[in-house]
Amino acid sequence: MIKVEKLTKRYGGVTAVDEIDFEVGEGEVVGFLGPNGAGKTTTMRMLACYLPPTSGRAEVAGCDVFRDSLRAREHIGYMPEHVPLPHDMRVNEYLSFRAALKGVPGRRIKERLADVCDLCGLVEVQGRMIAALSKGFRQRVGLADAMIHEPELLILDEPTIGLDPNQIRQARELIKNLRRHHTILLSTHILSEVEMTCSRVIIINRGRLEALDTPENLRSRLSSEGEVLLEARTDDPHAIAKLRSVHGVKDVVQTKLGDWTRFILHVESDPRESLHALAVKEGWPVRELTRRSATLEQVFAEVTQAEEQP
Amino acid sequence: MKRFLTLLLREIRHYFHQPLAYIVLFFFLLLTAANFHAGLVALNREPGETSVVEAFFNTVLFWFPFVLIFPLLTMRLFSEEYKLGTIETLMTAPVRDGQVVVAKFLGSLVFYIVLWAPSVLYFVIFRQVTGQNAADAIGSYLGAYSMLILVGMFYLSIGCLASALTKNQIVAATIAFALISLMFFLSLLSFFFLKASSTLRELTYYFSTIEHMGEFSRGLFDTRPVVFYLSMTIFTLFLTHHVFQYRRWKN
Repeated sequence: MIKVEKLTKRYGGVTAVDEIDFEVGEGEVVGFLGPNGAGKTTTMRMLACYLPPTSGRAEVAGCDVFRDSLRAREHIGYMPEHVPLPHDMRVNEYLSFRAALKGVPGRRIKERLADVCDLCGLVEVQGRMIAALSKGFRQRVGLADAMIHEPELLILDEPTIGLDPNQIRQARELIKNLRRHHTILLSTHILSEVEMTCSRVIIINRGRLEALDTPENLRSRLSSEGEVLLEARTDDPHAIAKLRSVHGVKDVVQTKLGDWTRFILHVESDPRESLHALAVKEGWPVRELTRRSATLEQVFAEVTQAEEQP
Repeated sequence: MKRFLTLLLREIRHYFHQPLAYIVLFFFLLLTAANFHAGLVALNREPGETSVVEAFFNTVLFWFPFVLIFPLLTMRLFSEEYKLGTIETLMTAPVRDGQVVVAKFLGSLVFYIVLWAPSVLYFVIFRQVTGQNAADAIGSYLGAYSMLILVGMFYLSIGCLASALTKNQIVAATIAFALISLMFFLSLLSFFFLKASSTLRELTYYFSTIEHMGEFSRGLFDTRPVVFYLSMTIFTLFLTHHVFQYRRWKN
């Protein structure tokens, strides 16, 4: 559905997107992650045919986004960041106008309008002026606009930014339902959202592609290294040395909590079994022994911060 | 073509969706009526060769609102879309840049024509009341109104260009006003050179809007101004197209 080869965008001397390559297959939901200013919006704008790439190429549904821009745009439903909408129109007026503009035949406009309003929960505000809508409804109007011409690909730039937690949940449900009919590329800062909705994740930083994988694989990439938390009651002054001697433990940090002591162990493999055996042998009562599994958040932090520290 | 019509319709609707449109229409009607009245009073005082049509289209009271109206009509065309960001949704729909530029231009032209349409009634009423014709021949009306539209097209295209340059409507209006005033005051040059050599006079005649209007409202049809205004309109729209594309691309 999307094919990107060495896509580059420079603004004057600044390289916003630097030779990125990736492919997105039909029916996939791909999350686009990266810190602010990483080049997410620029990449999405290039895919949506709004900005021409400086070099490299991108194809959507077999049409080059620059050379065959008009045909490519027919396959794309794009929702920009902050959802710009005209103030002088009513919701249904705007959506009919957009449908006609995107080539939905006149006799089908009514039907499509009813469909998207139903799907996006806009039925109750159909006749209202857009200027009078709340942020949540504006977002939904933007989404309805993006899919009114039944595009194969939806490009959503931060679809949940500025929504309250309930609305975010609704939006997530909506996106889950959409993936039956559309390929979706969405950018977001909310990592839990990506873990819940996306089949693959692209992490981009300073215009460069840092990671491209399924959320599970990305997590397992980190899980060989991790942390184990052990809380035990012990006064043994050599506890740290003893823990260090366990195979797989690299480093130990100790905190006193009254009678109890909390050890945070940096580990390489999973030494929980040996740790338990050690505690039993030493006769330390244990109240907690857990392994902190890596979240996408950690992957994200690792990947995007690695370069900032010289 | 269907998409172009959709765009054009949207532009025309946008004009009439705003309360400001009706305020402008109202005050413009007042001003042109005052101008018509002043013309009649002047002709009553000292009758001459001038027809009522000629008098209507050649006074300060006519030119003053005429030049002022264009920045008001065109300042929001592109600026507002830049400001609201709707340019992004518009240009990711399958429409060509050229279609957008022409639709915006024609939309403003339609509003401009609506603005002037009531003035035809003045001449109809004049005939009803006085039983006299406002001009000797139909050519006077045709000439005056076609010149009104031709000059209007050129000045509207200047307004489009100014609006495509900036996302600030006030700046757009200022640029448009400066450029249009410049074009208009150039037309006064030919009056300075009334006694000058014939070449200089010929030259200044080419862009003297006041002289063109004078001739056309007497019913004299000349192809030179027609070609001048049409080609200048097309050239300015062509520039607008490029500015529009450039702004979007460098972004």
